[in-house]
Amino acid sequence: MKKRIFKNFAIIVLLSQISIVCFAGELTVEPNGTISTIEQALTQAQPHDTIYVNKALYREGNIVIGLPVTLIGVDWPVIDGENAHEVLTVTADSVTIKGFTIRNAAISYIEENAAIKVKETLGCIIDGNRLLNNFFGVYMEQSEAATITNNEISSVAKREANSGNGIHLWYCKSITIRNNRISGHRDGIYFEFVEHSKISGNISEHNLRYGLHFMFSNHCRYTKNTFRSNGAGVAVMYTHNVEMVENIFAQNWGSASFGLLLKEITDSEIRRNLFWQNTLGVYTEGSNRLQVNDNVFAQNGWAVRVMANSMQNHFAGNQFLENSFDVATNSRQNFNTFEGNYWSAYRGYDLNRDGIGDVPFRPVRLFSLIVEKQSASLILLRSFFIDMLDLAEQMLPMLTPETLIDRKPMMKRAKWLAEVYRPEAMLGGEDQAKTFYDRNEAVAQH
Amino acid sequence: MMNTTMKIIKYELFDVLRNKWLIGYALFFLLATDTLFRFGGGGAKVVLSFMNIMLFVIPLVCLIFSLMYIYNAREFIELLLSQPIRRSTLFRGMYFGLSAPLALGYLFGVGVPFLLHDNGAHLASLIMLLLSGVLLTFVFTALAFQIAAWQVDRAKGFGAALLAWLVFAVLYDGAILIISFTFADYPLEKPMLVLTMLNPIDLARILILLKSDFAALMGYTGAVFQHFFGSELGVVLALTVLAGWAIAPFWLGARFFRKRDF
Amino acid sequence: MDFMQNGNGVLESPVYNSNIMAADNQSDHQTVLLRIEKLEKQFGSLPVLQSVDVTIMPGVVTAIVGPNGSGKSTLIKSILGLVRPDRGTIWIKGQKINGDCSYRRHIGYMPQIARFPENLRVRELLYMIKDVRESEAKLDEDLWRIFALDKERDKVLRTLSGGTRQKVSAAIAFMFQPEILILDEPTAGLDPASSSKLKDKILQEKARGKTIVLTSHIMSEVEQMADDIAFLLDGQIRFTGKISALKAHAGATTLERAMAQMMEKGAE
Repeated sequence: MKKRIFKNFAIIVLLSQISIVCFAGELTVEPNGTISTIEQALTQAQPHDTIYVNKALYREGNIVIGLPVTLIGVDWPVIDGENAHEVLTVTADSVTIKGFTIRNAAISYIEENAAIKVKETLGCIIDGNRLLNNFFGVYMEQSEAATITNNEISSVAKREANSGNGIHLWYCKSITIRNNRISGHRDGIYFEFVEHSKISGNISEHNLRYGLHFMFSNHCRYTKNTFRSNGAGVAVMYTHNVEMVENIFAQNWGSASFGLLLKEITDSEIRRNLFWQNTLGVYTEGSNRLQVNDNVFAQNGWAVRVMANSMQNHFAGNQFLENSFDVATNSRQNFNTFEGNYWSAYRGYDLNRDGIGDVPFRPVRLFSLIVEKQSASLILLRSFFIDMLDLAEQMLPMLTPETLIDRKPMMKRAKWLAEVYRPEAMLGGEDQAKTFYDRNEAVAQH
Repeated sequence: MMNTTMKIIKYELFDVLRNKWLIGYALFFLLATDTLFRFGGGGAKVVLSFMNIMLFVIPLVCLIFSLMYIYNAREFIELLLSQPIRRSTLFRGMYFGLSAPLALGYLFGVGVPFLLHDNGAHLASLIMLLLSGVLLTFVFTALAFQIAAWQVDRAKGFGAALLAWLVFAVLYDGAILIISFTFADYPLEKPMLVLTMLNPIDLARILILLKSDFAALMGYTGAVFQHFFGSELGVVLALTVLAGWAIAPFWLGARFFRKRDF
Repeated sequence: MDFMQNGNGVLESPVYNSNIMAADNQSDHQTVLLRIEKLEKQFGSLPVLQSVDVTIMPGVVTAIVGPNGSGKSTLIKSILGLVRPDRGTIWIKGQKINGDCSYRRHIGYMPQIARFPENLRVRELLYMIKDVRESEAKLDEDLWRIFALDKERDKVLRTLSGGTRQKVSAAIAFMFQPEILILDEPTAGLDPASSSKLKDKILQEKARGKTIVLTSHIMSEVEQMADDIAFLLDGQIRFTGKISALKAHAGATTLERAMAQMMEKGAE
């Protein structure tokens, strides 16, 4: 009985949808046609109409889209802000923008000019556009249930002060950001007060500051994104219940650069990510109850740096490979647990052949404490003297935190590692990213 | 005169290349590198593990082997010097006749496993590994020649060599560390840079680290290291200083050798 | 005892010199083959040679004798340029030795201990010395034949016995037909037969007009081979001149006794 009612209801909904499609009008913008500007089309359009914009260069100042319409570019029409104003401003619900090249939104120190700005809307779709050389790419505020997918967003920012973010969200909810490629902005993706959103499959690289920057954005999920070669890596702050899974954080080199900075993040999960060739892989400050599991930390300067004010974090099943320092900290106190990780620096043995080393591993090297105190001494890295000091400290810990210890270090690398992490393939970054997703796909389906 | 040097080198090569210690030295590197490749995981890690072995072994072996060779050749050196040959010519000839096979043994021992196992992904670090290894060979052979020319007494000579090795390989870095903590309140990057330049083993280590993938780690300490070693000029300068580390003891040794009595 | 004072009167110690001394005569430099004048050498604070004067005429076999540590080796090494004297001059064929190495092409040297690079073959050693000397003289291969060294040609030097190495060493010294042969204990370590063959060769070379300087501890051997003698004690020349003159002077019948007497007097 219940089933039947539901079925009927579904049919009614379906019909009403069809009726909307049927009654919605179509308009075409063509410089030589009857409707020659987008502005003109918008004034003539009824809600839920579809406006096709033919290939041409449109310079119409700031275009405000104030009613729910679908705008579709045919053969990549160009809308140019001429470095003088914002380009598209969306103020209505359910607006779709697809297939446009939008460029030259003006740099401003007062206003946040964007290629596409979305204000106080519901259910907008921004899909498959090229946003080139804009101050902000997509700027969304106080909106819900929007999707931003398949866009190429790039700029050539030189200085932080006069550059904007690729995708900027402020007070938004239930947003999907998928398969975008963002480069050359200040922050690739910027979240402030965003909730219940999903960010997946994006590539954010060569941005001036952060590849991803979010604050006060609870209950968000980040998967399969690549954050590569950004000025300062990825920073996430003042947030709880974050899921970061299967992302790649790579090649964030520099004196103040890290793969992932966690500041006051709580009750969150960091799983199956790859941290490769970062000055700092993961940096945690005031972060509690994090589950850091099954990640790969390879060839980082510091794989993990846990400040003493981070507690009850659990590191398990991670693969630490060829990092200059596996774990560093600023205190002899430690309130975090490490268990069942693989450490390439581990030199223990396994007599009972259960795959777990019989000798516990202390991942904090004495030298990392020395560098902490006197950074110039880093020039002694891998010198024989330093190795001897480290060895002595390993045997008889005097200065390194006593409780920071992996009592079940794995003897062998995880079986899946070979599929994820192939240093020789890493040199061509994109292939590596693909390999990684494929593997995770396989694991997920398993 | 160069001609006579070449002759000395030629016959010395006949002798040294058949030396069982030298053959053992080359085989050691061959085995060590091959083992590291087989059991040590990826190539980048091999470079670093190998760097530790090389920085340890090359100075020690070059010092001890060269000293042993020169002290054992004492009578023969006298015989050669009673021939119409200049002392500097003989010194030069013996130096290259000894350092070249040592360098060759190293190149062979490291190069072959790399060619067999590596796909060329670590070419830059391999080249730096080979280059700095060869330079270290010349440096410590020259140091041995200086010691042998200066100290006739064999026991004292070996003592001096071991002390030199201990200083360069271990104690020097300890001293740097102490200095860095003593003057922790001052900007230390430039003084540290200069200090490491004064130790050939440190120089070689940093050069290799910079060419391996771990290079950018230096970025963490601030701009000075990175700017210096990151630039072509810095690398060239570091290599030049390393070469200078071979030339200075060689030159001093030649002076001692010209003046000494047999 | 009437001491004949050294020409320059520098030494206070007694010096017997039966040579007609004309050390400062310029014209003499042409006929004298090797002249050592006021040679002094100290090792640290230890004086090893003190104002040593020796004159060696061409075609003469001169034996430098003296007890262990008397300075024989240092004197020989000074002639070879292996030791740098503190003071004094050495002339060879009228030319002063002053750092130039070319005079050594006139010298063939057989050291007391024959040690060669271990892994060279005998023939490679020969080629090496030959290459270094760049000698154009016809090679004297007598000793190779006499010592039957040809069968050792392809052996590695490490495997040769001490005696054989000594033979090789002798053969090399004579090979380039040098005008001056300096032989440091040439018969030490040789079996009696080889020793006798080597002595024959030395006398044969003397007959050919070669100048020979040798050291030996065996006085009978010295008497057999040498014409002149230079007796060193504590770094000082105590006698230079004919062996017969020394014997006559000491009133002894054999050189050995004469030497013993000299040494006793030196000790007084």
